[in-house]
Amino acid sequence: MLSIKNLKANVEGKEILKGIDLSVNKGEVHAIMGPNGSGKSTLANVLAGNKSYEVTEGEIIFEGKNLLEMEPEDRARDGIFLAFQYPIEIAGISNATFLKTALNEIRKYYGQPEIGTKEFMDLIREKSKLLGMDEALISRYVNVGFSGGEKKRNEIFQLLMLNPKLALLDETDSGLDIDALKIVANGVNLFKNQNNAVIVVTHYQRLLNYIIPDFVHVLYKGKIIKSGGKELALELEEKGYDWIKNEEPVEQNL
Amino acid sequence: MSDKKVSASKRNEEISEDMKVLDDFTKSDYKWGFTTDIETDSVPKGLNEDIIRFISMKKEEPEWMTEWRLKAYRHWLKMEEPHWANVKYPHIDYQDISYYSAPKKKPELGSLNEVDPELLKTFEKLGIPLEEQKKLAGVAVDAVFDSVSVATTFKETLKEKGIIFCSISEAIKNHPDLIKKYLGSVVPYTDNFFASLNSAVFSDGSFVYIPKGVRCPMELSTYFRINAQETGQFERTLIIADEGAYVSYLEGCTAPIRDNNQLHAAVVELIALDNAEIKYSTVQNWYPGDKEGKGGIYNFVTKRGACRGKHSKISWTQVETGSAITWKYPSCILQGDYSIGEFYSVAVTNNFQQADTGTKMIHLGKHTRSTVVSKGISAGRSNNSYRGLIRIGKNAEGARNFTQCDSMLMSDKCGAHTFPYIEIENSTAKVEHEATTSKVGEDQIFYLNQRGISTEDAVNMIVNGFCKEVFNELPMEFAVEAQKLLAVSLEGSVG
Repeated sequence: MLSIKNLKANVEGKEILKGIDLSVNKGEVHAIMGPNGSGKSTLANVLAGNKSYEVTEGEIIFEGKNLLEMEPEDRARDGIFLAFQYPIEIAGISNATFLKTALNEIRKYYGQPEIGTKEFMDLIREKSKLLGMDEALISRYVNVGFSGGEKKRNEIFQLLMLNPKLALLDETDSGLDIDALKIVANGVNLFKNQNNAVIVVTHYQRLLNYIIPDFVHVLYKGKIIKSGGKELALELEEKGYDWIKNEEPVEQNL
Repeated sequence: MSDKKVSASKRNEEISEDMKVLDDFTKSDYKWGFTTDIETDSVPKGLNEDIIRFISMKKEEPEWMTEWRLKAYRHWLKMEEPHWANVKYPHIDYQDISYYSAPKKKPELGSLNEVDPELLKTFEKLGIPLEEQKKLAGVAVDAVFDSVSVATTFKETLKEKGIIFCSISEAIKNHPDLIKKYLGSVVPYTDNFFASLNSAVFSDGSFVYIPKGVRCPMELSTYFRINAQETGQFERTLIIADEGAYVSYLEGCTAPIRDNNQLHAAVVELIALDNAEIKYSTVQNWYPGDKEGKGGIYNFVTKRGACRGKHSKISWTQVETGSAITWKYPSCILQGDYSIGEFYSVAVTNNFQQADTGTKMIHLGKHTRSTVVSKGISAGRSNNSYRGLIRIGKNAEGARNFTQCDSMLMSDKCGAHTFPYIEIENSTAKVEHEATTSKVGEDQIFYLNQRGISTEDAVNMIVNGFCKEVFNELPMEFAVEAQKLLAVSLEGSVG
């Protein structure tokens, strides 16, 4: 599904990603871990096409397409979804309008007709129920006046509504209490199936108790220095990041 | 003054092309030979008492009206053009303007097929209905759409209710008592430089009178006014809502307005008696000038409403996207106890446009209330200023005002300014002012992009969200048009 080769990227002229290699197949959950400033969020943003990040080298192939040649909206329509670390507020636009627009853009991209109002409302009811969300939230302005937890939950709600091929979760666990964390994780697990994939970017291991990764990668100073199974996350939790900081970058054999 | 001014709905590269097309379209008048100047009904450039007498005579006005105009003119001569607004423009030579020309007939084409397809595309973008497109493009209206019968039905309904809706010229002739009583009663001819000029030379405009206890059953719009020709250069509008009456009035339209006159100085007066309500909505989309800011319309307008009666209400809603310079402060004088004044405004400036706009809420009566919501959007190299005055008189016990002034910047080179003035002479008053300035964030755009929404649509969404509170005040159809207009006006302005 996704293949990243020797990806290098700058932010404001400073090199943050220094050669990332990563392969993700359908049905897999990958966790990207690492200390602050290692480039985790940069990787997620580069995949989504954020123009504040400049790709200097390497390639990203998604479903056989050269992702780096695609505009962010086309990447989104093609099935890449980023759950933002800091979801953005849009005043005056209701969640419903926003989601309906987004959904119809995606449908248009695949040559499907626009979603009917009833179908859309049914979908909203179904998905908000899954997340234990108050339906009233849907008529409120996008993220305006939402608590940190509500914003994160709203991201996952959008994930379920838009049903992409690849979900990138950028520090979705940050700022969540344990109850909210469980709800969010539950949402991601409901999304996950054999035809899609999830990349979880996180600093802490605790989210991975609820979203079980197939692979864990440690990002440090812009490179993946260690990859392993879910037990690697636990090891990191126990020993801290210092434990592997001296390791050489590894070649992946995924 | 240039004789070829065309107007367009937006000011970006793509549209400058549209403008060229519009320009060609105007030029093409010659091809059909319709502009042969057979009308002798225009006066030479310049302004003097003879010109004013000529205008008054042409309009077959009674002597008292001529006198009123002359008084205004004599007063105007003693005045100086104001320069306190935050706008810059070259010196206007008032002797280099022709102050009267009879309304010209637009050339008539056989069908829309003869209209330039590019012009039609612009109409399409704005979603202007087919029949209206024909009207705007100067196509003879066919028999299917019988505008005369629509207008007649409309007029009859109004007549049954005793509502007067006609041109101000007709009103001067047919309803002199109302004119004598109310014309200049809110904006006297001594009021300000541009209002005095208007009083001396106004060409035409609308007159509305809603009798006691009548609720006008439809939105009144100049669109339906018989004899409505091109927008006048010096338009004069007078609307009176008698006790317990209600009227909603729509001014302007979202279609690009072509006009040959660069200077516009309109005056609008509203009068609401006891328990009456007037809702006045404007969508202004005049030619803003080209990308370098050349040739746009100067719009110096005096709009003022008087809430004369108890529990009366006047509400101004405006969406301003056009003109090179906008100088406009729709105001409310809240004389009647418990009267209410409202001002909802969206002002968009792009390229080199300049807007200095806002409102004045003058609280004189007891327990008067006013609400001001102003949304300024600046793009390109434009400048957008909000200027507002809240005055609470010493007898205005328990007066309240709430003002919210939000500015949005679309580029690094544009400006947003806020000049709030607050004068309070009564200690029981409660006045609140909130102001924010924000930049359309790349983060907001990226967020919407990331959900599959294009940058163009994202900007529209953000801007429309920003203007929501004002759009909510517009009559439904007007609001939909205003949203589209905003989209067209700001096309390509981010990035």
